[in-house]
Amino acid sequence: MSGSDKLKIHEYQAKEFFRKYEIPVPEGRSAVTAEEAGQLATTFSGPYVVKAQIHAGGRGKGGGIKVGNTPEEVKELAGQIIGMNLVTHQTGPEGRIVGTVLVEKASDIEREIYLAVVIDRETSKIAIISSSEGGVEIETVAANTPEKINKHWVDPTAGLMPYQARSICFKLGLTGQAFKDGVKCVNNLYKLFIGEELTLAEINPLVVTKEGELIALDAKLNLDGDTVFRHPEHPGLRDTNEEDPLEVEASKHGLSYIKLSGSVGCMVNGAGLAMATMDLIKLSGSEPANFLDVGGTASSEAVENAFRILMMDKSVKCVLINIFGGIVRCDRVATGVVEAIRNIGNVEVPIVARLEGTNAKEGIEILNSSGLPFHTISGFKEAAEKAVELAGGA
Amino acid sequence: MSILLTGETKALVQGLGKEGQFHAERMLQYGTKLVGGIRPGKAGQDVLGLPTFNTVEDAIAETGANASIIFVPAPYAADAAIEAIDAKLDLVVLITEGIPPLDMLKVKQLLKHSKTKLIGPNCPGIITPNIGKMGIMPVEIYNPGRCGVISRSGTLTYEVAAQITNVGLGQSTCLGIGGDPIIGTSHRDALELFNNDPETDLVALIGEIGGSDEEIAAQYIKDHMKKPVVAFIAGSTAPPGKRMGHAGAIIAGGKGTAAEKKKALSAAGATVCDSPADIGIAAKKVLDGQA
Repeated sequence: MSGSDKLKIHEYQAKEFFRKYEIPVPEGRSAVTAEEAGQLATTFSGPYVVKAQIHAGGRGKGGGIKVGNTPEEVKELAGQIIGMNLVTHQTGPEGRIVGTVLVEKASDIEREIYLAVVIDRETSKIAIISSSEGGVEIETVAANTPEKINKHWVDPTAGLMPYQARSICFKLGLTGQAFKDGVKCVNNLYKLFIGEELTLAEINPLVVTKEGELIALDAKLNLDGDTVFRHPEHPGLRDTNEEDPLEVEASKHGLSYIKLSGSVGCMVNGAGLAMATMDLIKLSGSEPANFLDVGGTASSEAVENAFRILMMDKSVKCVLINIFGGIVRCDRVATGVVEAIRNIGNVEVPIVARLEGTNAKEGIEILNSSGLPFHTISGFKEAAEKAVELAGGA
Repeated sequence: MSILLTGETKALVQGLGKEGQFHAERMLQYGTKLVGGIRPGKAGQDVLGLPTFNTVEDAIAETGANASIIFVPAPYAADAAIEAIDAKLDLVVLITEGIPPLDMLKVKQLLKHSKTKLIGPNCPGIITPNIGKMGIMPVEIYNPGRCGVISRSGTLTYEVAAQITNVGLGQSTCLGIGGDPIIGTSHRDALELFNNDPETDLVALIGEIGGSDEEIAAQYIKDHMKKPVVAFIAGSTAPPGKRMGHAGAIIAGGKGTAAEKKKALSAAGATVCDSPADIGIAAKKVLDGQA
């Protein structure tokens, strides 16, 4: 099982890619201290925008984007933003601590456009989505005024055709120099998407300035963990401060783990069965503490690492192990589980284990004779109910 | 009869490394008609008693193969799949996990203009009990019967197959279509095959959050399905924006939720189970005329 995932990067990193692929962006650079931000602002003329760099949208409303006229103001604003706990509708109530700001030259905006490249599952093509309504959330535009969203589909074997790039810019109502620059921008964004093998490339907003210039004011790119073998430099762009520490730990071991808010810790082999197990916990009246897939083969190493991660989560009141033995035999998994718990030591929460499939009986026997406090239960439903009860009830 | 994998299937193995050999041995033990392997540059050496060839084309000329199962690692898997499609095989099962989505887009476009049916990628494969298996599933849980199973997942497919066996029923064919966003055979495609199979009486459709494959399947059920469908959607508890292990299982922009999918399937006339533990029982009730 791969532990790869969608890789999010910061706006300032995305804009470096934009420069590489010749998509116009405002003059600017990133800084991690107020002094550095102020110093940066002396290298080009104002007014300036200071933007918090977190992996979430809605930064402006949360106070993470501010405008200053002088390098001194930039220093002051950066001082306010760096270290702040920025809460937006996308961060959840806990917010994110800002570690980096982007200092940029402010633009005089005439109009705002939306432009994005994504993979379209339904057609198995690449979709270019554009709208004359930029600067707001595209989901809101899609819900309220779907007629203002344009979609163009590119056959990946043919690539983006010039007529498509033109058609997009005609639909956006661009004229004159802005039209020419728009066509170039669509082409280059597509080249970037293909060249870096992205899952999302989004500019919101792409602006036309009062001077008639086309500039990408914001930039959002999602890299793909499955293409790292062709892009070995991509993982270095990851900011683990933006991720849950347990999720970071899990990804180091190639485990697929997502922290949730409930009290029943889950350890399951296979993603589909893991989701189904979470659903059954909820139906039984509680909430899962996590999604955790130890891989279809549930190797003893994966099991031990998985257990360590579950034990680090203090909200876990009970662990539910649900393993469907296939090619991997349940007796082997059981031996791995027993060893893992002995190696970790002082596991204090109750453990409900349900083993099914190849050599399930032998596996259950190993757990029962281990002297460790397992509750072995053969039914899927009964196991979930028991785990919920032991975690403190429904 | 059954779907896709039948008594007439003669399969090649592309990718005879450690994993490929491990599973090829088990497929042979189950009685699957494997007729050869592909090892570019190493043709002529027998592996597990199977002749090996440099290319799929050579293998077909020599063995009359009409299918292939692919274990080639992700960086080279799309190349192997396209070779199999170009060679006009009827059935290609792509087991490999972690194939870049842009590679799969190209495979999918070529597939549209071919006669090949491709299952996967990132899937457990296909089994027709007592006929053969092209996949990595354990065989003990299966029992020949008249329920078709379609699922995006591996172990959850085994869970459902076992439930069907445990209530005294069996499977015509079980199909793991894969957990990636871009897959060769969709729920809808598989439903159509089962709909036309005289040896299938009921279909268990096991979906997941993400994408709109289940909604499209619901439309097919509403318009064309002549047989009862029992369905479950995994991921009711999954939060939006988080990828639940499978690359395809992510709720994006409020789309692809379990609730939406269940609603669509229910409205189309499928029996939707809220609990993943109830699928076998539900299938039995439907076939007994109790639901």
